[in-house]
Amino acid sequence: MSDATRRTIAFTLNGRRVTADVKTHETILEVLQRDFGLFGARESCGQGLCGCCTLLVDGTAVSGCLYLAAFAAGAELVTVEGLARGDELHPIQRAFVEKSGFQCGFCTPGFILMTAELLSRHPRPTNEEIRHYLSGNLCRCAAYPDIIEAVKRAAELQADRT
Amino acid sequence: MTTTPILPKLVGQRVKRREDPRLIQGRATYVDDVTLPGMQHLFFKRSDIAHGRIRRIDASAAQAMEGVEAVFTGAEIAELLGPMPIGTPYSSPAHRAVAVDVVRYVGDPVAVVVARDRYVARDAADAIVVDYEPLPAVVDPELAMKGQPTVIHPEFPNNLAVALVPSGTGVDAAGKVDDSAIDKAFAAAEVVISQRMVNQRLAPCAIEPRGVVAHYELGKGSMTIWSSTQNPHILRTFIAALNGLGQDQVRAIAPEVGGGFGSKINIYAEDYVASAISKRLGVPVKWIEDRSEAFVATTHGRDILGYVDLAAKRDGTVLGLKLRLIADVGAYNMLLTAAIPTLTLLMANATYRIPAVRATLTEVFTNKTPTDAYRGAGRPEATYFVERAMDMLAQELKMDPADVRRRNFIQPHEFPFTTQTGAVYDSGDYEKALNTALEAAGWDRLKAERDAARAQGRLVGLGLSMYVEVCGLGPSSSLPTGGWEHGQVTIERDGRISATTGASPHGQGNETTFAQMLADQFGVPIEHVTIHHGDTAVVKQGVGTFGSRSQAVGGTALHMAGGKVKTKMARFAAALLEAHEADLVFENGRIAVKGAPASAKSFAEVAAFAYVPVPLPEGLEPGLSEEAFFEPANNTYPFGCHISMIEIDRDTGEPTLLKLVAVDDAGNLINPLIVEGQIHGGLAQGIGQALVEEVVYGEDGQLLTGSFMDYALPRATDFPRFELHGCVTPTPVNPLGAKGVGEAGTLGSTPCVVAAAVDALSGFGVRHIDLMLRPEKLWRIIHGGQA
Ligand code: FES
Ligand code: FES
Repeated sequence: MSDATRRTIAFTLNGRRVTADVKTHETILEVLQRDFGLFGARESCGQGLCGCCTLLVDGTAVSGCLYLAAFAAGAELVTVEGLARGDELHPIQRAFVEKSGFQCGFCTPGFILMTAELLSRHPRPTNEEIRHYLSGNLCRCAAYPDIIEAVKRAAELQADRT
Repeated sequence: MTTTPILPKLVGQRVKRREDPRLIQGRATYVDDVTLPGMQHLFFKRSDIAHGRIRRIDASAAQAMEGVEAVFTGAEIAELLGPMPIGTPYSSPAHRAVAVDVVRYVGDPVAVVVARDRYVARDAADAIVVDYEPLPAVVDPELAMKGQPTVIHPEFPNNLAVALVPSGTGVDAAGKVDDSAIDKAFAAAEVVISQRMVNQRLAPCAIEPRGVVAHYELGKGSMTIWSSTQNPHILRTFIAALNGLGQDQVRAIAPEVGGGFGSKINIYAEDYVASAISKRLGVPVKWIEDRSEAFVATTHGRDILGYVDLAAKRDGTVLGLKLRLIADVGAYNMLLTAAIPTLTLLMANATYRIPAVRATLTEVFTNKTPTDAYRGAGRPEATYFVERAMDMLAQELKMDPADVRRRNFIQPHEFPFTTQTGAVYDSGDYEKALNTALEAAGWDRLKAERDAARAQGRLVGLGLSMYVEVCGLGPSSSLPTGGWEHGQVTIERDGRISATTGASPHGQGNETTFAQMLADQFGVPIEHVTIHHGDTAVVKQGVGTFGSRSQAVGGTALHMAGGKVKTKMARFAAALLEAHEADLVFENGRIAVKGAPASAKSFAEVAAFAYVPVPLPEGLEPGLSEEAFFEPANNTYPFGCHISMIEIDRDTGEPTLLKLVAVDDAGNLINPLIVEGQIHGGLAQGIGQALVEEVVYGEDGQLLTGSFMDYALPRATDFPRFELHGCVTPTPVNPLGAKGVGEAGTLGSTPCVVAAAVDALSGFGVRHIDLMLRPEKLWRIIHGGQA
């Protein structure tokens, strides 16, 4: 049966090959939540203005609320749930805990994945680079000073690991 | 009252938050994650005009759409639900969850669609046709007070929601006013400062929007409601009442909540409607707010106009204060709407010994989203009006802003201090806070830096603000919901501790601070303590988290419950150890006889004995579970001093915050790490109010700031690292000595940033700049236009 409003797509999600049956208007955020039970990326503004829905697509942070699921075909997706290895937190997560870079935590997965992209491109980011990368993520609890500390700490931890 | 001191073990330490692991991994469950079989989705059709009469609603096309279960108009909802209750003693217009005949603000709901998914629901709502007869809209409260150009609720002439509340010197309990003292103060004045000031409207913008899932189970006749709320027990009370159910038939759950800042205290139309529709249709329903909807459907904050007159002697001694407040409350009274500006009245004395105060408050309806609590809720407004006036006095008298304040402080030996507006300040040392801040900031050095920068033509300014706020709300006499909090502590059979608290957190870290306290109280590792909250089926009673009350009131309730269990446990231990209860110490996971450490039982052994007590010690019941309600005798009054330095770009008017130093005295601290997080957040919101945030309406009542494109929130790039310092003046109001800190940051920060901007532009002859400090406004001052 061919239905122009549906497609089956295959992609890599947190290291696993998966497929999903998606409607053409659906965002990747909806598909992650509904079909894969992943709620780390979540909607706050739905307009690409807050960063709460951030995930990595082929290493680049995107707003999941605007990113159509169909575009994910063939891509490699990473969500915050895919960072820890078993019980061992990812260095960026460890850094956020160590520096208390959050309060209610709703925005935190977005900040963590944005940091992941930042550190993949700038392993030793300057203050300017940190501020530039984080300027699209909103945190109403305003844990910003601690978030910036956490990003710096994450850079150190990652440097230690490699 | 028990005053057992808490041992300085974990309490006072920077213990890492126990909430973190689930939040950092995206494993927390918020209301939007709740999915139930057969669940339907709600979408609210909302008014797109500010004021109008509904002539006709045609929902036939919507009803016919595939996937649409039902459409309810306001009249149909009114058959299911009475008017929404309010939680203040003021009379209030009937507020229907969905408008029946008149819409009164942009965003007022007019119909609700129930459908298979949110896309269908939204499409169906678009297909509903509403025919309005437009009515004139009013957005200016001073016009509205004259009944111009419209009256929003006919039973409230001149749109006066609250006509006039007088307070201060010479006002008796019946509200009779004697002006002789205030008149005398002004007659004796050598200098009078008069200024009209705007404390603008703000949007709370919790990053998790609101949401609700309601599930009425037909066979059981009971309701479960998940809502992103700060107070599940209050939610339960009202949801039960409006649905004709008993308290025992409703279970309210606040799952993980992504920030509230006061905006999630209310029980909203969507909560009531979801519960009523679920009950009507017998299916679970979900509603999740979208962001643009949040800007109109979630209560706003602040929006008070103040006419301030300050009378003083030329040496800086303040003789009298007149404060005439006009609060623009929007279109309706919500749960606490009418009460919030009364907190501005209450705090009119600020940190000063002002011999005569006359404060009056008028609350006015306009065609805007209703206001209610937003972080600080009434206290930042009072701080702002008084502190700005003190700055103007300093400027007029060419005094240092610190000196004019120092001259007027209430002194430490004067506590408890009853203010002219009836607050009883519990404890304080304002001069210490001021001195600590001046020293930490290097006030004199900063002044030299400022002057040097000015000599180079840069526009740099310094500002300072004191604050005192009312926290730890209760007591019950001041809160219709009850001003207590509830805690229960259970020592389980294996010696682990389960505790429940009615203080339902949404980012405050109560799971950590409360566990710290209990671990210390029982001398057990924190890993053995679990704090439960946010579910009325688990937490028997509660009031909730607002008014900076979790630690001071909720923490004390748990401490009291813990004390009761400990007393009982000691009796079991005494029986096992054949010792006197008074000789026992709880430490290191053991209960030991003082001076005979070999004679001890493990915590788990005593717990096991309490549940299988053979033989049962005389006069004891088995088990170890006790509860406590803590009713505070008074509020607490934390205080502090904030100092800022800003620079304004001469060419663009853009202000940049260079430095912010905060000294906050919240009494004893349980966890400085968490306290600092709370202060950071409050400061950012307070500075946001000064620099970037403002809800703006057009004259037609259209909201012009309806997304994160138009309503700015502070960003990571906006601020330097704040410099935080503390001093500790414990409160005598509770045995923990804790005052509360959730809102403090919003108090001093706004006026101190405005003061710094005024200082930076003092060369242009300004003495006050109204909020917010738009670059355009500052540029006009610099370049000779109108501010
Ligand atoms: S929800 Fe996607 S950017 Fe805000
Ligand atoms: S931690 Fe609450 S919004 Fe960022």
